[in-house]
Amino acid sequence: MQANQVSRTTSPARPEPTLMPPVDIVEDATGITLTADLPGVDRDDLVVRVEGRSLVLEAPLRLGQAEALAFVYSEIRADRYRRSFELSGELDTTAIQADLKDGVLSLRLPKVERAQPRRVEVRAAA
Amino acid sequence: MYPSMLKGPGELFANFSRLQDRLDALLGEGSESSSIRAVSRTGAFPVLTVGTGEEALEIYALAPGLEPTAIEVSVEKGLLSISGTRVSRPDDEAAEIVYARERFTGPFRRVISLPEDADTTKVEASYRDGVLKLVVPRLETAKPRHITINR
Repeated sequence: MQANQVSRTTSPARPEPTLMPPVDIVEDATGITLTADLPGVDRDDLVVRVEGRSLVLEAPLRLGQAEALAFVYSEIRADRYRRSFELSGELDTTAIQADLKDGVLSLRLPKVERAQPRRVEVRAAA
Repeated sequence: MYPSMLKGPGELFANFSRLQDRLDALLGEGSESSSIRAVSRTGAFPVLTVGTGEEALEIYALAPGLEPTAIEVSVEKGLLSISGTRVSRPDDEAAEIVYARERFTGPFRRVISLPEDADTTKVEASYRDGVLKLVVPRLETAKPRHITINR
């Protein structure tokens, strides 16, 4: 069962609206790579944490000194990003690597050693 | 047992509703009014927000993961246009399974109508944390002015 190792958890209704960042998720032999669009997020504000089996991404969206302005038109419906994913056991949550550049987060979730493919040598019968 | 294991072929629809959720989150389901140049429900890119101050109009375009040189900003006849192409990272040879491809890729173009008092000769653009910020100053004559009365 490889398909849905990372899937969105159904989060309970929250009083505060949040933005759901779009993601790309790709799995290879040694782990899963998650890429998320988080424009307007400063590296210091980004929170990536593991709660039990859930991976949670959370960050405020900041637009510089925009507070001084009157917004006449906006397509942004909230000022916080939040999204969570349910992880499966073969992912090593202690070795997650995160990199945020130009508003794009790259997360690498490696598989634990034993879950990685291993070549089994077949010996010819004597 | 993981709930996701029970989904099976229905996952396709789960993905669709996820996309729908995302659009609703970004654009607001049933929002009363939208710009006539942004009525698309297919997820406009970049997402825009426009603020006004006494000195200038500020436009923020959420355009993550672009090279600043790949963004084209132009003004013509009072219309400001932001365009470019967002290329997806080529699939890694080692990549085996793709679970999600929600991030925007391809060419984009957003157009904003500027107010009459915008000084289009002095538009300043900067790019930080994936946000393109455009500052369009107001014409000097349009700025609020205090007039002193002599006696």
